[in-house]
Amino acid sequence: MKLPAGEGVVDQVVLGARTVLPVVFGLIPFALVLGALAARQGLSVLEVGLMSAIVFAGSAQFAAVELWSLPPAIAGLALTALLINLRHVLMGIAIAPHLRGFSGPEKALALFWMADEIWALAMRRGIEVRLTAAFYFGLGFVFWACWVLFSLVGAVVGGLIDDPRRWGFDFAFVAVFMVLLKSFWRGPRTGFVWFASAAASMAAWSLVDGPWYVLAGAAAGMASAALAPPATTTRKPGR
Amino acid sequence: MTIDPATLAAILAMAGATYFTRIAGVWLASRFALRGRAGAAVDAIPGAVLVAVIAPIVIGAGPSGLGAGLVAALAAWRLPLVAAVTIAIVSAALFRAVV
Repeated sequence: MKLPAGEGVVDQVVLGARTVLPVVFGLIPFALVLGALAARQGLSVLEVGLMSAIVFAGSAQFAAVELWSLPPAIAGLALTALLINLRHVLMGIAIAPHLRGFSGPEKALALFWMADEIWALAMRRGIEVRLTAAFYFGLGFVFWACWVLFSLVGAVVGGLIDDPRRWGFDFAFVAVFMVLLKSFWRGPRTGFVWFASAAASMAAWSLVDGPWYVLAGAAAGMASAALAPPATTTRKPGR
Repeated sequence: MTIDPATLAAILAMAGATYFTRIAGVWLASRFALRGRAGAAVDAIPGAVLVAVIAPIVIGAGPSGLGAGLVAALAAWRLPLVAAVTIAIVSAALFRAVV
């Protein structure tokens, strides 16, 4: 396995930060809207910032703000966050081999920052060269800091952008995920797996409310990969 | 600029639930060695999750989503990340304004 270019810790952090920039561009409108919605639901600016800083999970926070009541239903909100973020369990299994070289505290911080986009960028990095903690922290810190900062701005300024989707900002994530998908292509078998994933995701999305479509798509993709495993398995034991 | 105790408790509970989901996978992976079919299933996770997340955005929103999705796919296939993101945003905004 190749070692990453730019060996110094600082180089790695900067490289990570630069890698995440295009993704941050798509993130900012959503952070602004989240802050504005949360403020409208009666959360103080400090509470909005705290939530973004320590929960740091976009879809779970949007759902929470939507469900928010005074006083808040603590158990219901925690359960919602748990269900929406269940996909992280699968993502953690997939990224685990790339975190082998991280120390315990590095792993703990890296996993705190494991948002979908960070995970996908880190996975691609781990496939191309060796994923270093410094590179990961460059990704995570910039993304996290912008999420916190711009949800605070949204809470202060209010409805700056009414609907980021109308302006196409949700397609920033679509494009990022499509670019990342290229690094996970392994030939026609992959097409079969992705088709199963898309079909199950769409079926669940049109039938049930809530975040189940991601889990349904992931499960269908995993099942179809297991049914048609490659002739020689690429995963080495203990890796 | 205040923090209400009940709100603080709700935020802490959400943070705990979220962090649990983030560490659970790595913990599971350290307990079980996955080979053969299970290994193939685990290797399929990244692509399957990414496809499942974007499918409703592209397919579930009618012709504008499909059109913008096609443009985004072409841009993502050929161009670097920054260019692909820019083109995808602009084309989605245009498709939604027109279609």
